Amino acid sequence: MPTPIDRDELQRLVREEHAQLVEVLPPDEYDDEHLPGATNVPLKTLDRETTQPLDRNRPVIVYCYDTQ
Amino acid sequence: MSPRAAWRLESIGFGRVYDYVNGKADWGSFGLPLEGRRPSSTRVGAHVRTDVPACRPADRMPDMCERVHAAGWDTCFVTNEQGVVLGRLGRAALAAGDDVAVDEAMTLGPSTVRPSQELDAALERMHKQNLTTLAVTRSDGVLVGVLRRDDAERVLRTSTTGTP
Repeated sequence: MPTPIDRDELQRLVREEHAQLVEVLPPDEYDDEHLPGATNVPLKTLDRETTQPLDRNRPVIVYCYDTQ
Repeated sequence: MSPRAAWRLESIGFGRVYDYVNGKADWGSFGLPLEGRRPSSTRVGAHVRTDVPACRPADRMPDMCERVHAAGWDTCFVTNEQGVVLGRLGRAALAAGDDVAVDEAMTLGPSTVRPSQELDAALERMHKQNLTTLAVTRSDGVLVGVLRRDDAERVLRTSTTGTP
């Protein structure tokens, strides 16, 4: 079950556990602005192939714009 | 959207999946850096004045008037112990000099803006609402500082003409 986290926990996971950040918004919104170091895998394209570059041994943190 | 993405990742075999539910709107509202083609210098957060006076609802108006004017300001934000904006003392309230609690003199629900908002959009709003200052708050309502209209106008003028 995915774990909801806040900003502080995100920073800790990135800092201490080298978590990977994934923005799931469309590419133009990612290009406008994204969290430092985040990669872009839009929700509509999220499958085994597009997530191939992600390391399955490290935590993955997904985010979009807000709670919508 | 991100909860669906998180579940999707789990379904295709990722073991440790987290969902930053408040997303980049929350990140930006805390003035944290973002990367991309929209530079942070075009956002409100880069031009916030953090020395604007703040007070509590129970403070007395004569004391606050003296403190605000001594600091060279003509406005003051009223916050609770957590720093959340409750109200504002504008020029009229500060000039009245009534010996009452701040709570009785403040204007409730002042307009606010997030640090991540584009500066030109914030300035347009200030013109429309005839505001000379705008409280800058985080997504949890905590006061960050204030955006002054003259600061925003100067920055945008400089960015378009190259001269202040």
